[in-house]
Amino acid sequence: MSPMSGYLLLSALLFSIGLAGALTRRNAILVLIGIELMLNAANLNFIAFWRYGPNPEALTGVMFAIFSISVAAAEAAVGLSIILAVYRHSKTTNLDKMNSMKG
Amino acid sequence: MTISFLLLAAITIAGTAAAMSLRNLVHCVLALTLGLVGLAALYLQLGAQFVGFTQILVYVGAVAILAVFAIMMTRSAEPTEPHGSSSFQLSGALIAGIVFAVLAWAVSSGTKALQVQTLQPEASVNQIGVALMHGFVLPLEVIGLLLTAALIGAGVLAMDETRGAR
Repeated sequence: MSPMSGYLLLSALLFSIGLAGALTRRNAILVLIGIELMLNAANLNFIAFWRYGPNPEALTGVMFAIFSISVAAAEAAVGLSIILAVYRHSKTTNLDKMNSMKG
Repeated sequence: MTISFLLLAAITIAGTAAAMSLRNLVHCVLALTLGLVGLAALYLQLGAQFVGFTQILVYVGAVAILAVFAIMMTRSAEPTEPHGSSSFQLSGALIAGIVFAVLAWAVSSGTKALQVQTLQPEASVNQIGVALMHGFVLPLEVIGLLLTAALIGAGVLAMDETRGAR
């Protein structure tokens, strides 16, 4: 097995763990963390393809990973504050109990 | 397939799997930090120092702290989270397993013909800075705008409007 496919398999496993968490956990914060894990798996793919792919001097993989990390940070901040705002109305973070959009 | 890769991969997988399966949410975030540190070490091993340190600063430093604050402010730290029905859990795990099987099949069949670069490429902070100021100026500005909007938006969303009216 080449070193690159090792990294790609690790990234696929990380993505599956994040997907399983986002699908099975009932707490909104943990679902958000699962989505972050999936974003991280994509970042690992970018870096692995940059390292082992052609033309690494163009730095596109590194740049994409940096921009993706900053977008993920913005997403986490806004997502967690939305969870806080929803909690203030419905007093729960359990996704099964959030079944109304009216506060 | 070096021993350091296997070790770091084991740390990452163990941390993230614990983060997605533990009952206590604070323990989940602590396990998540372990997984993210392992991931940052993998970036360092791949030669992307700047991305590795950015990962530590942004994820381990900021996102994990933010998640802990959110857990404490929503009083969900007590391990009382009722898990969904077991068939629900099973179907979620099954879907994730199928997705992993498809991805692993695509990786194993797709990377055979690929030309692999054996030379370690260099991405010094100097090079990244030059690239950000020359080829990636517009994305950099857009990201700056996005982060400003997210900062203001998160503040407005988290503000208690009923308390302000009183």
